[in-house]
Amino acid sequence: MAETVEAKGPRRIQLPVLDSFLWLIRLAAVFAVVWGAYFSISSGRLSGAQWKDLVIFGLSQGSVYALIALGYTMVYGVLRFINFAHGEVFMSGAMVAFFVARGLSRTAMWTDQVFLSLLLVMLASAATSTMIAVLLERIAYRPLRGKPRLIPFITAIGASFFLQYAIAGLFGFGFKSFPQVPALSGSFFFAGFRVLKTQSVVIVAAVMMMVGLYLFVEKTRTGKAMRAVAEDQEIARLMGINVDRTISIVFAVGGAMAGAAGFLYLLVFQQVFFLTGFLPGIKAFTAAVVGGIGNIPGAMIGGLLLGGIESIGPSLVLTGLGIPSAHQLKDVVAFLALVMILIFKPSGVLGERVAEDRA
Amino acid sequence: MPALLEARQVQLGDAVKTGVAAGIVAVFVSAIGMVQRFDGRIIFASLTFSYVMLIAIFAGLGYRAAQPPARLEGYEAPKAGARNVLAGLIAGTAGGVLLALFILLAGTANLRPIFPNISPELIEILGFGREPPMGAILAALAAVALGLLGGAFQLVPSRLKKAIAGTLFWVILFALLRGVLAPVTRGLGITSLTDLLYEREGLSIAGLVAVAVVVFSSYFFLAGRVRAARSGLGRLPENRRRIVLLAGVAVVVLVLGALPQVVGVFLSEVLSAAGIFLLMALGLNIVVGFAGLLDLGYVAFFAVGAYTMAVLTSPISPRFTPELTFWAALPFVILAAAVAGLMVGTPVLRMRGDYLAIVTLGFGEIARLLFLSDWLEPTFGAARGIRRIPDIALGPIVMKGPQDYYYAILLFVVLAAYVSWALQESRIGRAWMAMREDESVAEAMGVNIVAAKLWAFVIGAIIASFGGALFATRIGSVFPQTFSVVVSVTILVLVIVGGLASIPGVMLGALALVALPELLREFEQYRFLIYGALLIFMMLKRPEGLIPSRRRMRELHEDEVEQDAWLKAEAAKQEAN
Repeated sequence: MAETVEAKGPRRIQLPVLDSFLWLIRLAAVFAVVWGAYFSISSGRLSGAQWKDLVIFGLSQGSVYALIALGYTMVYGVLRFINFAHGEVFMSGAMVAFFVARGLSRTAMWTDQVFLSLLLVMLASAATSTMIAVLLERIAYRPLRGKPRLIPFITAIGASFFLQYAIAGLFGFGFKSFPQVPALSGSFFFAGFRVLKTQSVVIVAAVMMMVGLYLFVEKTRTGKAMRAVAEDQEIARLMGINVDRTISIVFAVGGAMAGAAGFLYLLVFQQVFFLTGFLPGIKAFTAAVVGGIGNIPGAMIGGLLLGGIESIGPSLVLTGLGIPSAHQLKDVVAFLALVMILIFKPSGVLGERVAEDRA
Repeated sequence: MPALLEARQVQLGDAVKTGVAAGIVAVFVSAIGMVQRFDGRIIFASLTFSYVMLIAIFAGLGYRAAQPPARLEGYEAPKAGARNVLAGLIAGTAGGVLLALFILLAGTANLRPIFPNISPELIEILGFGREPPMGAILAALAAVALGLLGGAFQLVPSRLKKAIAGTLFWVILFALLRGVLAPVTRGLGITSLTDLLYEREGLSIAGLVAVAVVVFSSYFFLAGRVRAARSGLGRLPENRRRIVLLAGVAVVVLVLGALPQVVGVFLSEVLSAAGIFLLMALGLNIVVGFAGLLDLGYVAFFAVGAYTMAVLTSPISPRFTPELTFWAALPFVILAAAVAGLMVGTPVLRMRGDYLAIVTLGFGEIARLLFLSDWLEPTFGAARGIRRIPDIALGPIVMKGPQDYYYAILLFVVLAAYVSWALQESRIGRAWMAMREDESVAEAMGVNIVAAKLWAFVIGAIIASFGGALFATRIGSVFPQTFSVVVSVTILVLVIVGGLASIPGVMLGALALVALPELLREFEQYRFLIYGALLIFMMLKRPEGLIPSRRRMRELHEDEVEQDAWLKAEAAKQEAN
């Protein structure tokens, strides 16, 4: 990044002040985490089993974030652009999944052919999200390629708002509750952890999809084209790669993952409404940055990490610091993680896979 | 003639696409309930606003379909002819077929469990009151006719075209703004004017004719004269010009000062609401427009201002007992905002544009969640908020009611506008603009980036906190749920639609986008949908905004100017060969 280059002139005097301020924040954060963790563990307010439950919940929620994060990270890798409306792509899939599931739950298939009907719901969700993501790219982003980077970003903010309120206008403003899946109620024990059946479905499905995506990007011709376009659009074009089509595929694959995530989200949280996309969207973006934006395995690790932090963090750190009803501050923890990671390690844990900034 | 310069004709295949787009838009506005909701607003006789909207969609896209491809510098303009009309007709047909299919589908299957807005009433409106098969045919025919009309409009000479479009726009606006004109004419004592212009609902025939004639003729008579007057002003000597400008300012101040007395309580309320948003938009304009720092958490400063004011002045605020007056609390509000500005600004000093936006968004949400939390409940009252914030008092005069508040808000708006205007050409203003265009180059030229960024954040924060303080006292209470990201985006929309870095643009944006939806209640539900669509549209078609700032416009269209220059050179080369 150009910003980190040592500056000359008047900034030389100011930099130590700024740096020491940032170090102060860093130390305070580490201190707060250690202090809070020490007190909440020593107080023994939560039993071992409860901690384990939190871990499993964090994993299942984190795998949903990871799936959404893939869309952010792939688009960023190719276009250096944050698709702010990606959360809404995810939400639209979940919304359609709800209607398909409601239709199916009135038939005998819902109980007789559980996995087939769940697969149908997921396909419907993924198809919707794919379609919306591709249309979005075609209508709103493609004409702006090559413009100053804030212009497509502002467009994406507009698209996010538009999609939220379009969905609300089409399907109504209220909460929609996903029908119960009888075959998935209850839980089982795995390696000493109590796992809800829905959680196991979510984790397994997410991991399978991520492995599939990884293989797709690394092993197929189309995946190779994507990597080439991410590396250098101009050269890729000269090599005979259809850049527009490849970018469309990137959006399509990201959208499909987000749609699948929408379905899995419904399994975990049971509810969807028109603003559902906002928080998971921001958190998934955080996950993408945590793992190193542009980096596909990074998005998976970042998602799981963020899910864990968000699930365990409030009880572990905030309660230990003596903050009442810490679960209320779950989202604050996620946003703090976002702010901290962007300030202190914007390249993420696995490192950015983004070529030097040309902007 | 060289091939490069040949006229390009309108493509009929594209017309089908445009027509399908028109059909989809029409089905979309029907399915989200706009058509049915706007049916209550009568424009003229039995023409309701929902029909105006549908007519605009089909005729507008018919016109668009008939438009010849974009003409670059150096190209020959193709003659408009039968081909253009045909394109409009094709587009109208494609769109009409789609709409008819929708009507047939909605008439036979009950879609309401999934799409609550697709109701029998909607089908009735779309089919001109007929049952589906007949109604669908009628709707399709109407769409075909409108597409044809739109296409034919391409043949009208451009000056007349502008006048007709303008007249239609103003007639519809007048019909919609009955609620504004009625109290104004009452305040001025000329109610007979409203009686003449309007019927019980919608415009009267006399009103329609009068508005149309006035607007239409002004397009022909005023067009040249305004420009002549402006250039005449430019030719005046410096001191004379200053006198004219001062007179202009005096007139504006007089009008603004008399406004609440003329327009009455309700409109003053609307103006106050718009004024607070305008104030914040002016502040955000400094951060985003001048300095180029995209702040999506601007609402945090609004919240800081509102909560500081509330805690310091409300008698039932839990933490702070010596209750201050508005004016005594104001320095503390400024202080709190400045601290908040530094707190947000310092960590993000090294961040790139879009990352900066996301981090500030995070700060905004953190602020809201903290105000809402039980943790800080003893100070900020969590979800219950803080109530009983006293009115502003100026000596013995207590400001009560929207008409008084208008003046308080006006004071701060004028202050913010003056500060923006003064900063624009100041040393720091130039530093901001240099930074916005290229940070590295600006730094190399000796601009102190750290100071420039922090000043932008602090000044923006202070202006937003004024907005918050006024908001808190005007409503008399603060609740954390008011301060969501929606507010940040709304302010951003005002700034961008009006024109980044353009002070008059921001003012127009606030009036059109906050005051109008307050007046037309049926728009309220679709406000954010329209904001989102506007953001996309503006970025695609007019990134410089409605009233662009001249310098900003040059930045945004740099590449186009280069492209045109290249094309011209290329054409000249061919000519030479």
